[in-house]
Amino acid sequence: MRSLTTPPAVVTAGASMFADSLTAQGVEVSAVRWQPPAGDAGSLATVMGDPRRRAANASALEAMLGAQAHLVDVQPAAEALGLERGQLLHAGPPVSWDQASGPMRGALVGALLLEGLADSPEAAERALAHGDVTWEPCHSRGAVGPMAGVVSPSMWVFCLRDEAHHATSWCSLNEGLGKVLRYGAYGVEVIERLHWMSEVLGPLLQRAVRAAEPVDVRAIISQMVQMGDEGHNRNRAGTLMFLREVLPAMIDSGLPTSDVAEAVRFVSGNDHFFLNLVMPACKLSCAAAADIPGSTVVTAMARNGTDFGITTSGTGDTWFTAPANTPEGLFLGGYGPQDANPDIGDSAITETAGIGGLSMATAPAIVRFVGGSVPDALATTQRMYDITVGENPAFAIPILEFRGAPTGIDVTSVVRSGVLPQINTGMAGRVAGTGQVGAGLVTPPMGCFTQALDALAAAVPPA
Amino acid sequence: MRHVSVRRGSYVDSVTLMQVSRRVSACDGVTSALVAMATDLNLELAAGLGFDVPAASPNEMLLAVDAHSDDALTAAVAEADAALAEASHPAVGTGLGSAPPPVTVRAAAARTNATVALVSTPGQHAFADAVDALDAGLHPMVFSDNVPLDQEVALKDYAARDGLLVMGPDCGTAVLGGVGLGFANVVRPGPVGLVAASGTGAQHLMALLDGAGTGISHCLGVGGRDLTEQVAGRSTLRALDLLDEDGATSLVVVVSKPPAAAVAEEVRRHAASLRTPVLFALLGPGRPDLTETAAAVVEAAGGTWVAPEHWSGAVAAGRPGGHLRGLFTGGTLCDEAMLVASASLGRVASNIPLDPGWALAEDLASEGHTMVDFGDDRLTRGRPHPMIDGSVRLERLRAEIDDPGCGVLLLDVVLGLAAAPDPAADLAGTVRAATAAGLPVVVSLVGTRDDPQGLRQQAARLSDAGAWVFRSNAAASRRAVDLLTPAGAADA
Repeated sequence: MRSLTTPPAVVTAGASMFADSLTAQGVEVSAVRWQPPAGDAGSLATVMGDPRRRAANASALEAMLGAQAHLVDVQPAAEALGLERGQLLHAGPPVSWDQASGPMRGALVGALLLEGLADSPEAAERALAHGDVTWEPCHSRGAVGPMAGVVSPSMWVFCLRDEAHHATSWCSLNEGLGKVLRYGAYGVEVIERLHWMSEVLGPLLQRAVRAAEPVDVRAIISQMVQMGDEGHNRNRAGTLMFLREVLPAMIDSGLPTSDVAEAVRFVSGNDHFFLNLVMPACKLSCAAAADIPGSTVVTAMARNGTDFGITTSGTGDTWFTAPANTPEGLFLGGYGPQDANPDIGDSAITETAGIGGLSMATAPAIVRFVGGSVPDALATTQRMYDITVGENPAFAIPILEFRGAPTGIDVTSVVRSGVLPQINTGMAGRVAGTGQVGAGLVTPPMGCFTQALDALAAAVPPA
Repeated sequence: MRHVSVRRGSYVDSVTLMQVSRRVSACDGVTSALVAMATDLNLELAAGLGFDVPAASPNEMLLAVDAHSDDALTAAVAEADAALAEASHPAVGTGLGSAPPPVTVRAAAARTNATVALVSTPGQHAFADAVDALDAGLHPMVFSDNVPLDQEVALKDYAARDGLLVMGPDCGTAVLGGVGLGFANVVRPGPVGLVAASGTGAQHLMALLDGAGTGISHCLGVGGRDLTEQVAGRSTLRALDLLDEDGATSLVVVVSKPPAAAVAEEVRRHAASLRTPVLFALLGPGRPDLTETAAAVVEAAGGTWVAPEHWSGAVAAGRPGGHLRGLFTGGTLCDEAMLVASASLGRVASNIPLDPGWALAEDLASEGHTMVDFGDDRLTRGRPHPMIDGSVRLERLRAEIDDPGCGVLLLDVVLGLAAAPDPAADLAGTVRAATAAGLPVVVSLVGTRDDPQGLRQQAARLSDAGAWVFRSNAAASRRAVDLLTPAGAADA
């Protein structure tokens, strides 16, 4: 029982005059900047009143913080994920060919060209429109893919293990920036690079990884977050630390030194290489928090270029979707806002796990790249603590006195505050085949959260 | 020239909107202005002012201005925009490392070492905010009214698991270790702890005790429905435990209407098991009024009771044949006045009637002896409480002066923190008009010497305007009844 005292401070929500009257009495006041919640007030009351919620969210946070992520293997997707010829994975919630955006279509076309399932982009489009091949979300197999996130059987994937929760997650190898498949480009150079990755880079990394101790990806993330990487749009320190871990084994692999040199040049020249290791590590963290009855914690945020989808711990695999927003930020070369496709990619799994845009404060070097400022970045991360259930001490942010990353987005806090999770992201060209056009900031549509709230309310057992 | 618009996505609390409305109304050339959340009541109010009211939801803001000229209208709308911009963007630190303003109760709690949260958000949302306070380990005081009963029960059960106390909902007042929350009077510290299911009842009791030199340790509001059968005293029992454990409290007083029988028994049994003596101040027919209760509490606390002060008024007899009209801001004060009046007058019509057969019609038009509680739930939706904004009651007051059926006017004036800064000044002109019209005005003045408005100054101002002023509500009510003059009596 909390005993009665003279309150040293009072929280006020609502009429400001009560706050003023307390201030006049010399009492410290913490006034809520209140606004009416989004969504159905009845659903919100049901979920807030759910006696399971607090403990369930504490369990979800504990699971997220306790998840491990060791890189244990690198394999072709056919072996790792059981993908068969004619089966593809993609980013975000499910999407039909009719609904698919330019970059998603472009990446699917590229995958068919890579797999030899079509001999021209036109033939690939016809095959896709006729339903000759099938595609499903990466998330449905426990994998994640950046931007279009398209994975075909011959592409190699990282295999990450969470021994604490006996779980595995997978992600493709990062192709670099510019004209690349994940941004919807499928030109000759794109397909050639993918062939090289499958024939040289993948097998080399496999040998290196298998020869050495599993790489502790979470430990690298912990360090990179203190070195100016937020793990979504900046992975420079992480990439180089990863290379440091696998380089001796790559050299010792017995493969031609020219291949090793080219692979090292490729990895070290692509500041985003480590993103594809951060993402499955984050997926493992979020997956560990899945399926806890009563928990309102978000377990995935993912976009397919058309819709934004989220899942929550208390509602299993159900996607709550709404049309994706278009990012705002800076554009490459002559591209402008009219060229940008709506938000796309599974990479928002980084924000779901507390880094990326949520930890923007730790990456002041890239705030301009995404069209922000340093004070904005600091304010953003501090704001994110208000919509998350806890902090991750393993991902400590130096400029905030080593406060842990805001972790575990809470649906009820989002709808009540109107504050949406901040996502840092790349921007794909609207037209298939274009590639990257810029980078910027984006938020999920509120509709995802209000739908999730209704489903969470429906799942509350009657009192 | 008229301007009517509806704005989405901008929420501002009703008190701030009232201030914005006033600022716009004060612009040159403006005849009327209403800036308010678009609740049914406010839409009705706008329609009443002659505006064409568009369809809108309570989460949207209505801006309605009537002005003499286009220029005045443009200027008034600009003024409204400026005032709203100021209201929605309070100055905040943006330096390195300073946290942005909190957006939830839990977030606000994380930024301070608060032990209490004062929730005054609209009733349909207050449950979520109060649960958020409980999650953060704070005792919530829920000022909001219109909270559904099942949510009140759920909230109190939720709090019980954490050993926390829900004050409210519809809790108008609380005093915690000398700090007043909501509408609270500035009272001296002392040995008496209150558990109050009645906000203005508790305020009046505290003011009377303070007037007699007896101080207060804590006053814990529990909400007007706490002692009903459905809520079953959930907060009352918890509050009794907290006061029993409190070192500063040596006497506990429970202020309430008579509880449901089963609940009363449970509360009495629980009270009997405590180390601290518990006095029950139950308000109802044939029971002691608040002033008599105050006397008993003062004696029990070892003090000496002195009858509360009063000041005589200018008009010594009611208008012949007229009826008693009571216009209240405090529900318990209205209730007590009706108990006093009906003992000799019989039927007193009201929006909170003593007898269901005495209910006023929807429009609240007076019928014979009538008393209206302007603080009732149904009259405060989307609108500030009449203790803050007395304009609705003032309008009614003027109408009563013009009504020959009104013989005596009885009003309450509640001082204290968060109440209107100078209610006597707001009322003085109207009291003078009533006095000039031969209509006696009796004021029940609830306040303490240390209240920010100044008890003596308020009493003097009302008295100078011609009002009878009583610090005891029961005494005020009795005097109002005594002043009534039967038809034809004036000729005698």
